[in-house]
Amino acid sequence: MASIELVCPAGSPAMLRAAIEAGADSVYCGLRDETNARNFPGLNFSPLELETAVAWAHARGAKVLVAINTFARVGAVDIWRASVDAAARAGADAIIVADLGILAYARDAHPDLRLHLSVQAAAGSIDAIDDYAKTYGVRRVVLPRVLSAPEIAALNRQIGVETEAFVFGGLCVMAEGRCALSSYATGRSPNLSGVCSPPEAVSFQDEQGQLTSRLAGFTLDRFAPGETAGYPTLCKGRFLADGEPSYLFEEPTSLNAMGLLADLAKAGVTAVKIEGRQRGKAYVARVAAAFRAALDALDRGEPTGPYEHLLSNLAEGGRETAGAYRKSWR
Amino acid sequence: MTRSRLELAIGPLLFNWPFERVAAFYDQIAREPAVDRVYLGEVVCGKRGPLLAQALAQAADTLAAAGKTVVWSTLALPALPRDRQAIAALSADPALVEINDMSGLAHRPAGAPFVAGPLLNIYNEAAAGELMARGCVRLCANIELSLPALAMLSAGCPGLEIELFAFGRLPLALSGRCYHARSRGLHKDNCQFVCDRDPDGLAVETLDHAGFLAVNGVQTLSHGVQVVDTPPEALRAAGVTALRLSPHSGDMAQIIAGFRAHADGLLSPGDLAARIRATNPPGPLVNGYAQGQAGARWMAAS
Repeated sequence: MASIELVCPAGSPAMLRAAIEAGADSVYCGLRDETNARNFPGLNFSPLELETAVAWAHARGAKVLVAINTFARVGAVDIWRASVDAAARAGADAIIVADLGILAYARDAHPDLRLHLSVQAAAGSIDAIDDYAKTYGVRRVVLPRVLSAPEIAALNRQIGVETEAFVFGGLCVMAEGRCALSSYATGRSPNLSGVCSPPEAVSFQDEQGQLTSRLAGFTLDRFAPGETAGYPTLCKGRFLADGEPSYLFEEPTSLNAMGLLADLAKAGVTAVKIEGRQRGKAYVARVAAAFRAALDALDRGEPTGPYEHLLSNLAEGGRETAGAYRKSWR
Repeated sequence: MTRSRLELAIGPLLFNWPFERVAAFYDQIAREPAVDRVYLGEVVCGKRGPLLAQALAQAADTLAAAGKTVVWSTLALPALPRDRQAIAALSADPALVEINDMSGLAHRPAGAPFVAGPLLNIYNEAAAGELMARGCVRLCANIELSLPALAMLSAGCPGLEIELFAFGRLPLALSGRCYHARSRGLHKDNCQFVCDRDPDGLAVETLDHAGFLAVNGVQTLSHGVQVVDTPPEALRAAGVTALRLSPHSGDMAQIIAGFRAHADGLLSPGDLAARIRATNPPGPLVNGYAQGQAGARWMAAS
């Protein structure tokens, strides 16, 4: 069995170098505009920085995947086409795309540029993946986080393209690219604006000793003194159904599937992916090193358990789950 | 220039209603002269499909005999092999079909016409043009698109019919997890079809008891009820050719009559809202998305 490719986030040139030095086989990054889903101030690459970064990575045997993974704004599609051109010029090893119009443009304008299908395209079935492969020449699909490991195995037996699975970081409980919860409350969402539960809509208030978090005025959680108050991401809020308070959609957890790497390898995934371009170079260095060690152990036929402690205290909110990869999650 | 009337379309039933209710609902729709088109089919959960197949097949005959255009809608998030088969069977038929997941395109005969459903991610004229090249004749716009955005999209896609999600709880999200089952301490694989207890979805409130969302199996809807009250001239200017009304348990005859009068320019936005409120909808009225605002907002017509 071939080794699994470790794909790490690079929100900046410094983070890209840190990820590769810590053992990433590939990094993914975006241009400094609305064409990528982490369009935050101080993050991302200019076209020139991208060119330099690609050359630096290639000199070390690493690959650079450029995320052009937002849906193009109506009337402004040329901005997305320009990002595809810039990635091709910089010598990117692949671009990660979700929008049908941008896939078609890349196929026609840059037939040699490798296309990966973004998780935002929500292609979770054999037929959808086949269609993207046949119509646009997509070579790899980033899998939606709604599939279990056995389902991924079944998928890989029947499709002719590579798959990439998220293993660490933020966890969407909804099918990615099929969720408008954030824009319903705030007007901004991943598909519209490349953000979810945006910070400018968040407030924390002390109410009679209890800390209350709100998003655009909607109460998302309330914490007793001493309870850890996490960031109010909409789907991780505490709500009432039939009057009963619960984390109805998901607890405030993040994804950690290190314990399932062997299953994912058996399921035939080509690459595993770390989320978090916004989290800086110290973060990526630690996560990349931990997964490098675990994947190397896997290659030697050894268990990955001894490396799990390397990830302690890194999860947002402090709690972790293997998510949909375990079927009981449903 | 003669202006053709804005069509009214009844969207696919999103909820798990009992057989008799479904049959009675479509019998009533068949008698509504104001309705031009009806979408049929299970879009949310493949597990429900077999329960209703017979009721929907009967409804299709009744509706077609009454002169309605009947369009079958495909599942939005196939999870099981039988979901794939259901999508493939509908898509392979060259008759008009609504595609709600890209897997439907895989089986579409070349050039056969289809409707792109609101759960596809079509946000711009380039993506819509791609689908048109493959047979898309109508786009039911993603709920997040504002009317100004739709106007630009339709201007870039001459000939594309545009349908707007004009009434009902907004379909906000889909998941691999069933929240109806989860809310009852059950698992999706052994869900006991508890979603049948909530004909308009299970209300989800904030800890302050404010209505916020509604759960419908693997789908999350808004608590608020979309009512696009934009005057018909402005809708036409944005390229809109049809209004989609999503089935709810309230008085759909009143709702249809209200939207028909509104679309014909016979009812002011304020009067439309008053009429809809009189049917006791499951949540407050919202229309923010149409104006580029948060979907939960209600912007009174100026």
